Amino acid sequence: MLSTRINTAVAGLQDWFNYRAKAFGPMYRKHMSEYWAPKNFNIWYYFGSLALVVLVNQILTGIFLTMHFKPSAAEFAPGISQAFASVELTIMRDVEWGWLVRYMHSTGASAFFIVVYLHMFRGLLYGSAQKPRELVWLLGMLIYLVLMAEAFMGYVLPWGQMSFWGAKVIISLFGAIPMIGDSLVEWIMGDYLPADATLNRFFALHVIALPLVLLLLVVLHLAALHEVGSNNPDGVDIKKHKDASGKPLDGIGFHPYYTVKDLFGVGFFLTICAFVLFFEPTVSGWFLEHDNFVAANKLVTPEHIKPVWYYTPYYAMLRVVPDKLLGVLTMFGAIAVLFFVPWLDRSPVKSYRYRGWLSKVLLGLFALSFLWLGKIGAGPGTDPVETIIGRVLTFIYFAFFITMPLWSKADATKPVPERVTMHD
Amino acid sequence: MIKHAMTKLGLTLAVALTAASPVLASSEGNAPPAIGTRADNIASVQRGAKLFFNYCVGCHSLQFMRYSRIADDLGLSEDEVVQNFAAFTNAKIGDTVVSAMPEADAAAWFGKAPPDLSLEARSKGPDWIADYLKSFYVDHSRPLGWNNKRFPGASMPNVLWEMQGIQHAEMGHAKEGGEAHIEGLKLVTPGTQSEAQFHETVKDITSFLQYVGEPAALKRQSMGAWVVLYLAFFTFLAWLLKKEYWKDVH
Amino acid sequence: MANEGVNHGRRRFLTATTAVVGAAGALAAAVPFIKTWLPSAKARSAGAPVTQDISKIETGQMVITEWRGQPVWIIRRSPDQIKQLPSLNSRLRDPDSKNEDQQPKYAQNGYRSIKEEWLVMIGVCTHLGCSPKFHGEIKPEPFDAEWKGGFFCPCHKSRFDMAGRVFDGVPAPTNLKVPDYHFVDDHTLVIGVKPEGAA
Repeated sequence: MLSTRINTAVAGLQDWFNYRAKAFGPMYRKHMSEYWAPKNFNIWYYFGSLALVVLVNQILTGIFLTMHFKPSAAEFAPGISQAFASVELTIMRDVEWGWLVRYMHSTGASAFFIVVYLHMFRGLLYGSAQKPRELVWLLGMLIYLVLMAEAFMGYVLPWGQMSFWGAKVIISLFGAIPMIGDSLVEWIMGDYLPADATLNRFFALHVIALPLVLLLLVVLHLAALHEVGSNNPDGVDIKKHKDASGKPLDGIGFHPYYTVKDLFGVGFFLTICAFVLFFEPTVSGWFLEHDNFVAANKLVTPEHIKPVWYYTPYYAMLRVVPDKLLGVLTMFGAIAVLFFVPWLDRSPVKSYRYRGWLSKVLLGLFALSFLWLGKIGAGPGTDPVETIIGRVLTFIYFAFFITMPLWSKADATKPVPERVTMHD
Repeated sequence: MIKHAMTKLGLTLAVALTAASPVLASSEGNAPPAIGTRADNIASVQRGAKLFFNYCVGCHSLQFMRYSRIADDLGLSEDEVVQNFAAFTNAKIGDTVVSAMPEADAAAWFGKAPPDLSLEARSKGPDWIADYLKSFYVDHSRPLGWNNKRFPGASMPNVLWEMQGIQHAEMGHAKEGGEAHIEGLKLVTPGTQSEAQFHETVKDITSFLQYVGEPAALKRQSMGAWVVLYLAFFTFLAWLLKKEYWKDVH
Repeated sequence: MANEGVNHGRRRFLTATTAVVGAAGALAAAVPFIKTWLPSAKARSAGAPVTQDISKIETGQMVITEWRGQPVWIIRRSPDQIKQLPSLNSRLRDPDSKNEDQQPKYAQNGYRSIKEEWLVMIGVCTHLGCSPKFHGEIKPEPFDAEWKGGFFCPCHKSRFDMAGRVFDGVPAPTNLKVPDYHFVDDHTLVIGVKPEGAA
């Protein structure tokens, strides 16, 4: 029988492999087939695997883009740099399918932040940062931080108007640091304005240095997670109830159950991404900004200077604070405060399902303030009423975290069940 | 059939997304009216190409557009394109579209060199271009005697005036201490085309510039439907697979 | 978790189908990436057909032009040189140009060209890519006492006759390559485009 022969051959190959790589079998079991994941994951639990898929997409498409991109501010034609021409002429037009690779990369960048923001919100919603998962949260926050630097530097590379002025504004933020600010800004740029040297170093950081850091952090994030096990929408510790073999009663093997479930999630997600990519890749200036189709001009600032959508909440904070240093501190503080969530959250229960109305209202208010700030940051920022709203929202944003130890502890809770409650 | 329907759905959603654009809408109180050009209207793009190479290329280059690509995409022979579109230049078929005017002269005549239009439709949008082309009026205070309501202080004269005719600005009453603003434009001398005909002319030029802005758009949209269909099918299979395995989980 | 009542057949079928459909998609997605390595529109435009005025080339003279970054030789052969060609057949590796990769059909003849007088050839040795030197005169050469005119590669001593045919006993495996070309009129040659109607 052919099937018997194939089975023997496969078994033989497995033996051969296991003999030579003894650590692989246990590793596979620990992280895949016997990584016991709670069986009640809901829709919020897709975004981690989706982020991984996007990361792979960014690396693959990025590698192909580097084959045609020229990180040079030198002149291609009057007023047009080599970098800009290599994106808009070489990649978008001359190279066969170059446009597809570029749109995959640019759509991927925004998609990355969408899934990462949802993934982070999931963490807040179900208390995933609480003990014993503080390290998972911290590593995740580091990933987010590196990701923002990575995306910013990537955005500078095409050397369009928004690239140039975005770089100028963001780098200038470091000028707010007392004493060393100005020299620091020059050091970052390697010139007196964003120039060829800046473009070159950002290219190096974007294509190799930061991706390596990102990969390392992702591995650590997952390793830390697999050490303590996944949280779940009930915030129940599934390790409390195990069967005779030591397998949690409410746990199922990550493989095959969550690999097939995540495969479905990936398919669904890619379908949406393909829709965007093929029918509206700029998303009317949200994913690729109109002004970045104009080559960088160091003498003319675009009418509306603003970052891509995923930074706009922080950018709005910068703009509504009427002081340079304070604005910069507010902006970076808004990110820094996220690192402290594991210690700010003093609630005796993890999941919001079993917290009181106060927590729910405040979390909703926080989400609203983040989104609204994002909208304000994306706008022209000329409306004085909007500035006042922006200040209120910034206050809410910070108040949510700073007062978290108080309200999370004081809020009423519902009894948490012993076992997970529902699953599909 | 399915593919066609999908493409249509995709484009409709895309239009809906465009309408939601925060930046374009909020940046200008008087948003230009929608011109409704489509990159897949090849006939219009072809007419627009002829108009562009008659009226525009004298001053404006398309540095990111090769003659050979225009020939391929618009179904024209390479000889046709070189003879009709690259006249007065010594450009070859594989070159990018150059303007017939030397850069230095251009800067001297217009104050600054006329911009390259390769990406104009992507940075400004088709609606803006169409409205700009229609908004020229006579203004003797300007060096070339023309001004533009959409883009005040434009250094470009109205090159389409023979077709459009000549417009004058109708000034509104100046507010206290403010400057008089333009209420509207009035056609005082008719051109060779009616208003409706000129609208089509402008639309054709805009179509062409929209095509030039992203020549890959045609292929992008036509293959998009297949990719989405494939992914939807794959997702369906993955869903069946998931359901099958999850029968184990109680 | 109970495994009884599992329809293993259905499970295997769905796994296989999803895997096959997924692999097909991944393969299709790889095609655009592979194609980004093809010569770009810019490279292709630089490799466009080249037009050469041949009215000023004298008998026995060679003009070198560039097409796709490679030297292309245009040689106006003298009647003497042409006359010598058949006499060399016994010393050549492929005298009848049987290797069809090395010239278009319309140049597969005793003189390897469209017109007897005009030899058009890519000047790259078929051994390792050097450009052979032109030794057009019929006179004894250090590398060949019975030289009837032709090309000598300085890199590895390969020899070719006045039709670019390779001699026996040299490292180059095949005759020099003849590109597609045609005559627009008596004075104009276009390299890179075959004659009208030619296969």
